[in-house]
Amino acid sequence: MILYAIFFYLFAGVCVASAIMVIAARNPVHSVLFLILAFVNAAGLFVLMGAEFLAMILIVVYVGAVAVLFLFVVMMLDVDFAELRQGFLNYLPVGAVVGAVLLAELLFLVGTWVIQPGAPKAIAVPIAAGISNTRALGLVLYTRYVYFFEAAGVILLVAMVGAIVMTLYHKPGVKRQNIGAQVGRRRSTAIELVKVKPGQGLS
Amino acid sequence: MAAFWSDYIWPLAIMVAESLLLLIVLLLVIAYVLYADRKIWAAVQIRRGPNVVGPWGLFQSFADLLKFVFKEPIIPAGANKGVFLLAPLVTCTLALAAWAVIPVNSGWVIANINVGILYIFAISSLGVYGVIMAGWASNSKYPFLAALRSAAQMVSYEVSIGFVIITVLLCVGSLNLTAIVEAQNSAWGLLGWYWLPLLPMFVIFFVSALAETNRPPFDLVEAESELVAGYMVEYGSTPYLLFMLGEYVAIATMCAMGTILFLGGWLPPFPVAPFTWVPGIVWFVLKAGFLFFMFAMVKAFVPRYRYDQLMRLGWKVFLPISLAMVAIVAGVLQVIRG
Repeated sequence: MILYAIFFYLFAGVCVASAIMVIAARNPVHSVLFLILAFVNAAGLFVLMGAEFLAMILIVVYVGAVAVLFLFVVMMLDVDFAELRQGFLNYLPVGAVVGAVLLAELLFLVGTWVIQPGAPKAIAVPIAAGISNTRALGLVLYTRYVYFFEAAGVILLVAMVGAIVMTLYHKPGVKRQNIGAQVGRRRSTAIELVKVKPGQGLS
Repeated sequence: MAAFWSDYIWPLAIMVAESLLLLIVLLLVIAYVLYADRKIWAAVQIRRGPNVVGPWGLFQSFADLLKFVFKEPIIPAGANKGVFLLAPLVTCTLALAAWAVIPVNSGWVIANINVGILYIFAISSLGVYGVIMAGWASNSKYPFLAALRSAAQMVSYEVSIGFVIITVLLCVGSLNLTAIVEAQNSAWGLLGWYWLPLLPMFVIFFVSALAETNRPPFDLVEAESELVAGYMVEYGSTPYLLFMLGEYVAIATMCAMGTILFLGGWLPPFPVAPFTWVPGIVWFVLKAGFLFFMFAMVKAFVPRYRYDQLMRLGWKVFLPISLAMVAIVAGVLQVIRG
């Protein structure tokens, strides 16, 4: 258990420290890089809890795809952070309210756990011994929560179609490459043999 | 105290020793992979290739290593120093980390985790950060443009690699790499490996692996005719060496992954006497070497893709085909297994 504790404090410590650096770093690109570090350490915590499938999916989806797009956008934007910081006091009340709500929720959670330690385990579906993590997740996801799962998929599909519809527009008069037509060309459609009489040329 | 020794220190020592052994062997292999790449390329173009250092130029890679290491690292004045130096380290470390879960023979693996294939997929999806960090930190136009291209390219082709992996997983029913190889073990030998039933996916995997590792014909990242040398323009000496090393280790990883997913890993091609006597590692190295030979030949044969054609291939050709194949394979398996 010593090893477990060492790694827990390592991952948790780096995770919290990098989360603080996300809001403290002066350079926005550094902020995103610290955010990625926080994601990776959160994945490490998942592995410690025995949720290795979730850990890997967290890295593939959030770090491998979502954070890349973040980094893309932040690198392209020309953000003047000195100007942004001047409005800091205006946004402080809103931020404080959000922070307070989160803190209260965390306190409720810890309170429940202190008052009745067995309660969180009672609502979870126990994993039978000898079934791997991925399999257990699949067994619950495709039976008990199948409608929620499908609904989440449909919502994502709608969001994707919406994003494409918003950005897609056809400019008239633009020449586009039609690869099918290019590949489908045959000798008969491409070449014409013409007997040219001297002095007349092709009309 | 004795329990502490046997529970913690001893397993840790064994793991460190195994990792060091793997690292040394891997780096030696990479040195000759680099040499083979240059020799094959030269042979296709009827040149000699490296032939000066050592017999037949066999020590060329080590000479290159020394040359890189003894040069002075130059950091551009406008560069973001920390990120600039972190980028090659990230590339190299991530590429090497993937090898922790790759089984080269039955039981010859450092960490036999049950989400092995997802781990490799996750690690290779992180590889884009080395490129994007290098491009941004160089604070120069060519590297930045190259990094943007590369990020888009790698994210696009990861999607189709993901679907290829899913079809294999559907057939196997496990995410463990050893289990994936064992599932291809049948009396039919060679014909029972997944390259035959999943041939379209094997082709898609091979082409996507070329794009994912920025190999020609998809080396738009470092297209020297347009971007000088891409995201590595500002790098020299050891940081540059780390990029090259990371790139070739990533190629070796992709070859190993193709071997495990489609070519039956360490299994002999015919499950009869003279072939089963050969140790599994030999078959593994031969198969991975064959895949690398194909990588090298593609580099020598095929002209570079145009960027819009690359994107079209990834999103409009590979994605629909692999998505359809996932549905077809799932349907066929459902019918066969009931």
